[in-house]
Amino acid sequence: MKRAGKLFADMLLILFALAFMSPIYLMVVNSFKDRAELYANALALPDTLSFEYYVRAIEKMNFLAAFGNSLYVTLVSVIFVVILASMTAWMLVRRDNRLSKIIFLTFVATMLIPFQTIMMPLMMVMDWIRTNLHIPMLNTHGGLIFMNIGFHASLAVFLFHGFIKSVPIELEEAATLDGCSKFGVFWRIVFPMLKTITITVAILDVIMMWNDYLLPSLTLTDKGLRTIPLSTYYFFGEFTIIWNQAMAGLTLTIIPVVIFYAFAQKYIIQGIAEGAVK
Amino acid sequence: MIVSHKKDNAWYMLFTFPLILIFITVVIVPFLIGIGFSFISWDGIAANPKVFVGFSNYLRLFQDERFLLSGWVTVRFSVLVVVLVNILGLLFSLIVTTQLRSRHVARTLFFMPNLIGGLILGYIWKFIFTDTFKFIGGKTGLEQVFFNWLINPDFAIYSLAIVFTWQMAGYTMIIYIAGIQGIPRELMEAAKVDGANLWQRLSKIVFPLLMPAFTICLFLTLSGAFKIFDVNLSLTNGGPINSTELLALNIYNEIFGYGRYGLGQAKAILFFLIVAAVTLTQVIITKKKEVQM
Repeated sequence: MKRAGKLFADMLLILFALAFMSPIYLMVVNSFKDRAELYANALALPDTLSFEYYVRAIEKMNFLAAFGNSLYVTLVSVIFVVILASMTAWMLVRRDNRLSKIIFLTFVATMLIPFQTIMMPLMMVMDWIRTNLHIPMLNTHGGLIFMNIGFHASLAVFLFHGFIKSVPIELEEAATLDGCSKFGVFWRIVFPMLKTITITVAILDVIMMWNDYLLPSLTLTDKGLRTIPLSTYYFFGEFTIIWNQAMAGLTLTIIPVVIFYAFAQKYIIQGIAEGAVK
Repeated sequence: MIVSHKKDNAWYMLFTFPLILIFITVVIVPFLIGIGFSFISWDGIAANPKVFVGFSNYLRLFQDERFLLSGWVTVRFSVLVVVLVNILGLLFSLIVTTQLRSRHVARTLFFMPNLIGGLILGYIWKFIFTDTFKFIGGKTGLEQVFFNWLINPDFAIYSLAIVFTWQMAGYTMIIYIAGIQGIPRELMEAAKVDGANLWQRLSKIVFPLLMPAFTICLFLTLSGAFKIFDVNLSLTNGGPINSTELLALNIYNEIFGYGRYGLGQAKAILFFLIVAAVTLTQVIITKKKEVQM
């Protein structure tokens, strides 16, 4: 009796979880249907498995280029954030003077600033750098990466800072006595010990940067530079919505996310929990 | 000794300067310039003059009916979704921390929407609220409920709330799970032995010990709701008739849509003050309610 009840509860939970996923189901099934079939029954499984709309969506969204752009911008930004923020946080913890405290508190306080508050002046600053210092900050991946690093610095420094405080200093002192430079101490001894928090920072930043729409939309104007959210936006803006093709396009954008989730689920969930709790 | 001190300073600079320089250029300088811009009237065209107007941008905000409506809608939306997201997230976390065999699958699926970008979520649901809803309404005869929500000014905001809840419930679930797993098993078993029923165990043990998780989740959902932009843009784009134009989108439209840079920036600064005040107040209030183990 008790076992039957448990089985029933299990089934109920599975059913509920699947119902929760129904938007994904609707997106996928309708990406295969032709127009008549889609309007005849949006809920049913498709009669035929035609990849016609995928081919068209890939073409119109310039999907492969957008995927490459997203991957490049996200990976390079995340690598820089991890390297620079861990180095900075380590120094701020180990040199615990007034200056370090002020720098740290500034990083933390700015986490409250919404992006909308600085987006317009940010564009003016970048434009000023472009005209006066001749560094191409706008409409380049490099510029976008630079801004990504700046925006994700606070959270990363904050997380590394909290973690490094719990790392014992004795090993570092021993290495220094053995004649190791600061650089050597950090990269050979400290950084390897930061593995768990590095994964947390990287996961959080990958999710945020991969999905970011507003910042890239303000900085990138060339079609060829567009990331996935940007090409999705223009895909929906340029054509009157043809739903089956649109659903094929959206399914495409979600495939990389699902693959990432499938392989890194454990780290993602751990990263989300740690990133939030700290 | 002095040499080594100088050397230490050089290392300090080398390690911290690159990030601090980038951070100052991208966040600090624009923030300070932004405050300055909020006192200026300008249309964003470099050749046109920037006129200093003092506080008049800020005064104009309080006569801007569209902005005031946007603020009011944002508050209503935020209150609604903070409640929905946290109830659902807490419920999910309680379910997936039971001994059910399907708990892992359920957890995986509940969290999944959070990984998809807001822009893309908005487009997926746009299809559901327009065509799928119309289809269901036509088939079942429940046209009172299932019609195109996005063209109805009263319902559109609820469609936004549903999408946000769908996206965030799994996120808060993860944080609540971490909180629940931190509760000592002996405590729950002792209560069970003493004859406490499920509701008593939840209300007397689990909820009080989850207060730190509540603090975090309320903070994250509240600030997320106030700052929502991507879903707003792709699902409703503020419509119909501005009924779902939340603050972030209103600011964006003011600056880049209408080219009123000074006025828009004054809104942006006020927006920062509101977000900071609301979230900090919430954290202070809920922190007080946390209990020590």
